[in-house]
Amino acid sequence: MGVGIEVVSLNAWYAANHTLQDINLNIPANHATALIGPSGCGKSTFVRCLNRMHETNPIARVTGTVRIGNLDIYKDAKPVEIRRRVGMVFQRPNPFPTMSIYDNVAAGLKLNGYRNHRVLDEIVERSLKNSALWEEVKDDLKKKSGASLSGGQQQRLCIARALAVDPEVLLMDEPASALDPVSTSKIEDLIFELKSQYTIVIVTHNMQQAARVAEKTGFFLNGRMVEFDSTHKIFTNPSDKRTEDYITGRFG
Amino acid sequence: MATGLAVLSTGLVVAPLVAIFVYLIYKGASSLNFAFFTQIPKPEGEVGGGMANAIAGSGVLLGLASAIGVPIGIAGGIFLAEFGRGTKLANAVRFTADVLNGVPSIVMGVAVYGLIVTPAMPFSALSGGVALGIMMIPTVTRTTEEMLLMVPHAVREAALALGVPNWRSVLSITVKTASPGIITGCMLAFARVAGETAPLIFTAFGNSNWSVALNRPISALPLEIYRYAISPYDDQHRQAWAAALVLVILIVTAVSLVRFVTGRGVLKGAS
Amino acid sequence: MPEIPTAQSAIETQPSSGGGQRPAGPAAAVSPIREFLLSRGNSALADRGFQWLMVLCALSIFGIVVLIAAELVRGSQLSWAKSGLAFYFSRFVDPETRLPLYWDPVNGHFSALPFVFGTLVSSFLALLLAVPLAIGVAVFLTEMCPRMLRGPLAFLTELLAAIPSVIYGLWAVFVLVPLLREYVNPSLIKLLGWTGFFNDDNPTGLGFVAAGVILAIMILPIISSLTREVMNAVPGSQREAVLALGATRWEMITMGVLRNARIGIVGAIILGLGRALGETMAVTMVIGNTPQIQRSLLASGASMASVIANEYAEAASDLHLSALTEIGLALFIVTIIVNALARLLVWAVTRGAPASAH
Repeated sequence: MGVGIEVVSLNAWYAANHTLQDINLNIPANHATALIGPSGCGKSTFVRCLNRMHETNPIARVTGTVRIGNLDIYKDAKPVEIRRRVGMVFQRPNPFPTMSIYDNVAAGLKLNGYRNHRVLDEIVERSLKNSALWEEVKDDLKKKSGASLSGGQQQRLCIARALAVDPEVLLMDEPASALDPVSTSKIEDLIFELKSQYTIVIVTHNMQQAARVAEKTGFFLNGRMVEFDSTHKIFTNPSDKRTEDYITGRFG
Repeated sequence: MATGLAVLSTGLVVAPLVAIFVYLIYKGASSLNFAFFTQIPKPEGEVGGGMANAIAGSGVLLGLASAIGVPIGIAGGIFLAEFGRGTKLANAVRFTADVLNGVPSIVMGVAVYGLIVTPAMPFSALSGGVALGIMMIPTVTRTTEEMLLMVPHAVREAALALGVPNWRSVLSITVKTASPGIITGCMLAFARVAGETAPLIFTAFGNSNWSVALNRPISALPLEIYRYAISPYDDQHRQAWAAALVLVILIVTAVSLVRFVTGRGVLKGAS
Repeated sequence: MPEIPTAQSAIETQPSSGGGQRPAGPAAAVSPIREFLLSRGNSALADRGFQWLMVLCALSIFGIVVLIAAELVRGSQLSWAKSGLAFYFSRFVDPETRLPLYWDPVNGHFSALPFVFGTLVSSFLALLLAVPLAIGVAVFLTEMCPRMLRGPLAFLTELLAAIPSVIYGLWAVFVLVPLLREYVNPSLIKLLGWTGFFNDDNPTGLGFVAAGVILAIMILPIISSLTREVMNAVPGSQREAVLALGATRWEMITMGVLRNARIGIVGAIILGLGRALGETMAVTMVIGNTPQIQRSLLASGASMASVIANEYAEAASDLHLSALTEIGLALFIVTIIVNALARLLVWAVTRGAPASAH
């Protein structure tokens, strides 16, 4: 089951670039939360701070507090431990090119040393079913490579891979932006399915998408969070003028 | 005019190559027989015998060389691509690898002679293997680095985001993804040292008896080719051609395999 | 404000189909998988250890080069102490024959002059023969070769580079040298004997010409493949610009391509020179191995690499060994300088793209 996320005065830098400035918010457990805003506003950087992927870049720096459940991720744990609890799906599908579909899904467990094959079989099947890919690939799980699938299928494979480690939080960084409309709607259906079991944070530049899948929405602008509220409120009656300008398309 | 000159020079380049190959195959094939692979050399001047000892010796030397050159080379490449990117240390290592690549093989022999060959162990398979192994390092390092850099960053991120430890991600994901290219680099390095003669003359030294011991002088195909080519006996010339053919087949197979792998796209589907 | 359907409204309209794939029953508080992953630790130690191991291996490349240099310096100390710089240009006179004498291990006379001479003469002879051909091949392959032939020809040059030196030597001993001896050298003497560079006092066919020709064949692939790389780096717009001015293909190649690539081509040539300077086996087998300095290119001689190959294993004295090591050190330094220069030039043109020599 998912857990909530509490962010207190989070700041992030790329070299001298102050990309996130004093972010504070509470992301509810077992719901989908969307982050919107123009490109370069810091929303991707923000989700990368939630699983400490931000710091894989040597010029990056973070200050502030992030609590996932009751774990202070910058104090009480190492990056690998956090990333095992917080799954991530990236903008472009990135299956492991040399691995079969099966191994792709099992990668998070196998590469962490899990050896029980009977359990792995079960987990792979369950994860692929949860990501609505099982029916399309069940006959050549170990025959086909992850890279041989279509773009939309690859992205669902990446979701299955993230689900296989049974995360508490699922971060999605514009998961549908590289996909065609049919694949996009499949991904959205999936998010809808998954949000009762996982805390989902989805970055998107597509406002309709945010409105369709998320209960809560945050609007980012120039490295600051301008407004965070229920999706309904944000899209019908935002409190901030800038939010209104953005969602009505009057922006820049 | 331009066309004529270019075609002419191409012809002039292709001609000696074809001549070398044709002559090599003609002389080598007519000299090759079963005894070549199974017998050791007969005393000077006698007809017959083979190069079983040199084939085994080359095997031992190349095995030793690979055991030294491949791991160090790959590790160096991993450092350059995964840990040292953009650092001064990485630039220095890269430059040093290029320097090492340019060191004439005979000089490598002189240095290894001074470092390893001692009165207690005059000439030995070990010293020959070390000399060849060192020569493999720069090629393996540079190709490993290039191949690792071709692995998309997204693949690394995917592994890290799963909570896979960095060392595991590097070995099981990045290196594995680039492995066809890395193997290619190792084969190129292998092919290059398989024919090296100069550094062996005063390290491995050569041995006309059967010997695969690491602390004794050992024979090698290129050494025998050299020795036999400048000897006065026809039968030894015959053997030299046979040895040359065997060596070239080994090398051409390696290079063609490399060509085949790279031609198909080293990282097919990895983008 | 436009009407945007929100998640809340979507929840009401969303049919419950498709949910059938969800596993039945709520997930346990802590699943066995989570329990397992929690037990895995943070592997910080393994990560640090792995990184240090890689750094260590990278540093060992450093160490190896330093060790090689140190060993060469140490080994040549005896010779350096005895002759100093004079080692490279001194000359002795044979007390009986009154002929110049450079290298006499038995009586302890050591001068590297004939070997430096031999290396330079054979290398420059090789460049003289190889450079025009290599550029011709590169032009042919990049600018006018039918696509079909390009692959096989490139592969042939690659093979040419992969053949071991000793096999070139073998071929040279049994094919090239007899050919030179019977046909080429006699006509050179007849046509160019008056220059003094081609005199008939060496009936073996071994010598600088043989060494130069075989070296040319060996360095051709390096120069031509690098030249090709450099020419490919010349942007197509340069070619089109020259063609648009109404130039012929010849002018396009010389002005549009070769002019722009000239620094890189010089780099390629220098890299070929670096290879020729250190080349050992093929040269040793055909140069004749006589430590003398003759005006005639048909005379036999010796190169720095060939004298090491010939005498190192059976050196007569410690001083002899040390003198040979010093020749090795000189070769080491010269090739480093030459290679660094070449890489710099090729790099200047292909701008960062790694200049691989194969």
